[in-house]
Amino acid sequence: MTENTSTSNAWPLWEVFVRASRGLSHVHAGSLHAPDATMALRNARDLYTRRNEGTSVWVVPAEAIAASDPDSKGGFFESAQGKSYRHATYYQQSEGVPHL
Amino acid sequence: MAENTTTLAAVASEEDAAGQENFDRLIAEDSRIEPRDWMPPAYRKSLTRQVSQHAHSEIIGMQPEANWITRAPSLKRKAILMAKVQDEAGHGLYLYSAAETLGTPRDVLNDQLLQGKAKYSSIFNYPARTWADMGAIGWLVDGAAICNQVPLCRASYGPYGRAMVRICKEESFHQRQGWEILYSLSHGTPEQKQMAQDAVNRFYGPALQMFGPPDEDSPNSKQSMAWKVKRFSNDELRQRFVDMIVPQAEALGLTLPDPDLKWNEERGHYDFGELDWDEFMSVIKGGGPMNVQRMARRVQAHEDGAWVREAAAAYARRQAEQNQPAKTQLIGA
Repeated sequence: MTENTSTSNAWPLWEVFVRASRGLSHVHAGSLHAPDATMALRNARDLYTRRNEGTSVWVVPAEAIAASDPDSKGGFFESAQGKSYRHATYYQQSEGVPHL
Repeated sequence: MAENTTTLAAVASEEDAAGQENFDRLIAEDSRIEPRDWMPPAYRKSLTRQVSQHAHSEIIGMQPEANWITRAPSLKRKAILMAKVQDEAGHGLYLYSAAETLGTPRDVLNDQLLQGKAKYSSIFNYPARTWADMGAIGWLVDGAAICNQVPLCRASYGPYGRAMVRICKEESFHQRQGWEILYSLSHGTPEQKQMAQDAVNRFYGPALQMFGPPDEDSPNSKQSMAWKVKRFSNDELRQRFVDMIVPQAEALGLTLPDPDLKWNEERGHYDFGELDWDEFMSVIKGGGPMNVQRMARRVQAHEDGAWVREAAAAYARRQAEQNQPAKTQLIGA
């Protein structure tokens, strides 16, 4: 994703997500420019799946993506920090007990 | 460190000082810088230059090979060559995308190439005279590129590293197909073997120069290594490449055109002769055999494609005006 995508007459930027095979999530592969969604999909196929890397492709206008602010990551992700009790490894008493 | 921060704060805003501190920490931790992170203006500028020039090189690099598509000696060779040229276009596009994340729009980068303001790898200013050159380019030029690019997969700038991972996977096909072209020729008629040898003779020196000038003449390398963009020096990479290609040349039954090339037991590396750096500088400055043609061809291709870009944009505009709101459809989780 770019910081500055607004240029005079350039085609809009699209972010490309590829599902490598059935059963897996779509994963961000990269971006490309295209005039519309149809062309974006075709270009994405040609650019990111030349060697059978995908069974499904999504293209999303880059400007439609809302993203968290990297500068505030401390605050934004704070609530998950210091809460090791959310992880199974926090619980030690069951050590050695089968299937636990 | 506290003293350092105070000095910085005196010249830069508090935000910049915090940004610099975070940047320095990420680099020290061997972590990655991502597009929306604060980064020093010099880092942004230097990477924009490096990544876009890398992209330009891929795009210009299509030309010497496209030159042989219509004359490939068999349908299979033609299909392979087309796949390879298409890959080069793809590599250019991956890299332009990565460069754009640094904030310079695609058309600006493209204009820099078309107006001759940006450089591209000078290896592409040499002509591909014979079919054997397709072999030498694949084996030596793409081989040198891989040698240079594998460490770039760990470059500190995330999008650049990710683009390089994808590119390196594809380049290994290029190198092997080039080697096989030379292998076929070197196991053919004496004339074919000679053609292969001539191609290797012509591309050996320029391929070794792809790693850039000797370390003592490469002033930007030090900063690039401090930023963990570059991981090995030009001379280290060049040595690594020479060590790799000597046995590969032996397997081809071809020689490398360097009388000083010999194994150095003490160093555990091959010694090799001085390269023609005057020629290198002259080609970079525009004096290579193909500089003018490569640029003219690129500008012409861009101009010839103008009507396609305009038509596609006009079609998209009209569709957007006529379009009904799309039906919401869940496409997955």
